[in-house]
Amino acid sequence: MAVVTPSNQRWRVIAVHVALLAFITLTMLPLLTILSISLRPGNFAGGSLIPKALTLDHWKLALGISVLGPDGKWEAPPFPVLQWIANSMKVALVSAAVALLLSVTSAYAFARMRFRGKRLTLDALLLLQMFPSVLALVAIYAIFDRIGEWVPWLGLNSHWSLVLAYSGGIAQYVWLIKGYFESLPVELEEAAFVRVLLPLAGPILAVVFVLAFLSAMIEYPIASVLLHDESQLTLAVGSRLFLFNQRYLWGDFAATAILAGLPLTLLFLFTQRWLVSGLSAGAVKG
Amino acid sequence: MKAARFALMALGALSLFAALALAFALHAAHASGWALAVLALTALATWVYVSPRFMAWRYIAPGGLAAALFIVFPMLYTLGISFTNYSGEHLLSYERATDVLLARGQGDGRSMAFTLEPQGGDRVRLHVQADDGHRYASAPLTLGDTVRAPLQDEPADAPATPAADLRTLTAQVPALRRITALLPDGSEMRLLSLRRLAVERPAYVREADGSLRATADGARLVADIDEGWWRRADGTPVTPGFRATVGLANYRSIFGERRFYQPFLRVFTWTVTFASLNTLFTFAIGLLLAVALNWPALKGKPGYRIALFLPYAVPAFISIPVFRGLFNENLGEINLVLFQLFGVRPGWFSDATLARSMVLIVNTWLGYPYMMILCMGLIKAIPDELYEASSLVGAGPLMNLWRITLPLIGRPMAPLLVASFATNFNNLTLVALLTNGAPDYLDTAVPVGATDLLASYTYRIAFQDSGQHYALACAIASIVFLIVATIALANLRLFKVGQSAR
Repeated sequence: MAVVTPSNQRWRVIAVHVALLAFITLTMLPLLTILSISLRPGNFAGGSLIPKALTLDHWKLALGISVLGPDGKWEAPPFPVLQWIANSMKVALVSAAVALLLSVTSAYAFARMRFRGKRLTLDALLLLQMFPSVLALVAIYAIFDRIGEWVPWLGLNSHWSLVLAYSGGIAQYVWLIKGYFESLPVELEEAAFVRVLLPLAGPILAVVFVLAFLSAMIEYPIASVLLHDESQLTLAVGSRLFLFNQRYLWGDFAATAILAGLPLTLLFLFTQRWLVSGLSAGAVKG
Repeated sequence: MKAARFALMALGALSLFAALALAFALHAAHASGWALAVLALTALATWVYVSPRFMAWRYIAPGGLAAALFIVFPMLYTLGISFTNYSGEHLLSYERATDVLLARGQGDGRSMAFTLEPQGGDRVRLHVQADDGHRYASAPLTLGDTVRAPLQDEPADAPATPAADLRTLTAQVPALRRITALLPDGSEMRLLSLRRLAVERPAYVREADGSLRATADGARLVADIDEGWWRRADGTPVTPGFRATVGLANYRSIFGERRFYQPFLRVFTWTVTFASLNTLFTFAIGLLLAVALNWPALKGKPGYRIALFLPYAVPAFISIPVFRGLFNENLGEINLVLFQLFGVRPGWFSDATLARSMVLIVNTWLGYPYMMILCMGLIKAIPDELYEASSLVGAGPLMNLWRITLPLIGRPMAPLLVASFATNFNNLTLVALLTNGAPDYLDTAVPVGATDLLASYTYRIAFQDSGQHYALACAIASIVFLIVATIALANLRLFKVGQSAR
């Protein structure tokens, strides 16, 4: 390859490196500050960004362990963070399983069968994806309020209501799986759908499961409307309770943020390749 | 395979049975409309799963049903609610509100002493003595149940029952509250104190013509079906109100009343500005980074890629409150540093312009990696020969960006930019977790602030403060639906054009 190299290229490379490093430092600062705040005694900003003394109190409180305060009193954890994590996991795992089941069957039909209205249904699915559920929050609230009058365990303040509310948002997963099925040779599943096609589609099914899991873990608007008891909250709804002016638990929040955010961040980094291809099919993380 | 078929058929039969049971339960609960909907849906589902014509739809039906029930139906229901007066004042249906009024009791000043006679376990008999010495007793009843206990006359010379001590009675207050004792003349008695029951009569009784009569003053109450109130003759409404269809009243308020259209216009302007600027900023930064990372001369790309992508990987419900804390005016680290360096403490949450800048900064931080990844994918597809040719004629990097990169990725990027615009148009999570709309306008009738987007504005009208103006929120949401629908349809066209171009 005949690349023409200008004479000042070396300086340009160095300039780009410096600019990129400066930009990365700027974007990473908030995350590093949070680490420092989680290890700093007290809940208020001290005199410097690098803590002078280190303490694990915030981490203990986040993990549900009481700590001995400076005044000699035991301080109980302010919020049931571990309970929130368990709630989020429960909702997210069940929602992901439901999403996988619903989307894999639909995707199979769209990829392999010919029927009237197929194009139209696919377009409708894509279009629906663009309608944000945040605009229908009042209706969703009213629907589950009504359902709760008849079936209390499916009504407001229940985790199953959240699973149901999430089960409709599968368009993006249908498109992902459909695309994968279409890339497999048709002759294969003439043998069997369950024994041949499904194992082959294993990787994409795993990705869809993780994506659905993540999107349920980070969903805020619907969860904030449907859940209200402190012990029922998911992590996404509960974590906003830390920073009220009357009760400002900055240090405790920082520890919780890392505890909850780090695993999700790592999971997201592992799946981002597929996520981005799904995103460009018309869906955006919200 | 046979067993699996059998299991599927059993599952189908079970679902059919469950659906019919649900429809029956709904009908019994006087929700016949919903019962009918469930029946219709069941019939449709049965048809799809029995008729061989709908083979493909058998696979699509479960997912399609979920999407229909929890995406399409809420949208239609939103539109439906927007034509009603559903709000904190009009929460109940007509039937329920009327039941609440009819069940409301009113003391007539009389009360009677009571004692409890233990019958073993939670069972007790209730003994009541009027002030004139007349005595009544109930049949044995279970404490803790909600019961209406008829009282029988008791001979005046029956042996007196020992009164339970105060502590036992105090512990039983919640259970005692659930008991309604019925005197032989039909009047009701409820718990007044630890020793006495108050004689009550219904505050309202239904008349033959369907109106209600207040027993206290004999006033006649007529249901105002148009506005959702039971009203006295002079027009005073009696709470609770009930849901009523009010037609276009909410829309007339939004567009006709200054106290509603002024905040709506302000919020709409800011929403469009925010979504456009944010799309512009994230795209510009993302594109620049993508171009830099695609430069063959640059070393260490995988490391840069991960580091630059990181803000997008952190869950938003974590990173947005982190910024909320960092930007805090008195306690946050950003003002700490600014104060030490320049002696200033900007009011990030109290000044409208600063608050809006902060919202933009935070959302650009959250969103640029997405644009970067998209641009990188598209730039990779541009043939290297184009850049080689341009360097032969002595073009610099800027020229390459304007003349080659931008025009070539523009078309496939267009629908993604529109999607990003639409997403940020409704970015409720950002505003709810970062500013909650602050700083609030002080001259408006509804709670609304300078950083509120249309989505967070409806959220606050419905769920925050005292209002619970559900119907008004739904009317605004319906208008936003219309806007989003226009964008989405336009985008579907762009998407197809982009796909056929690739």
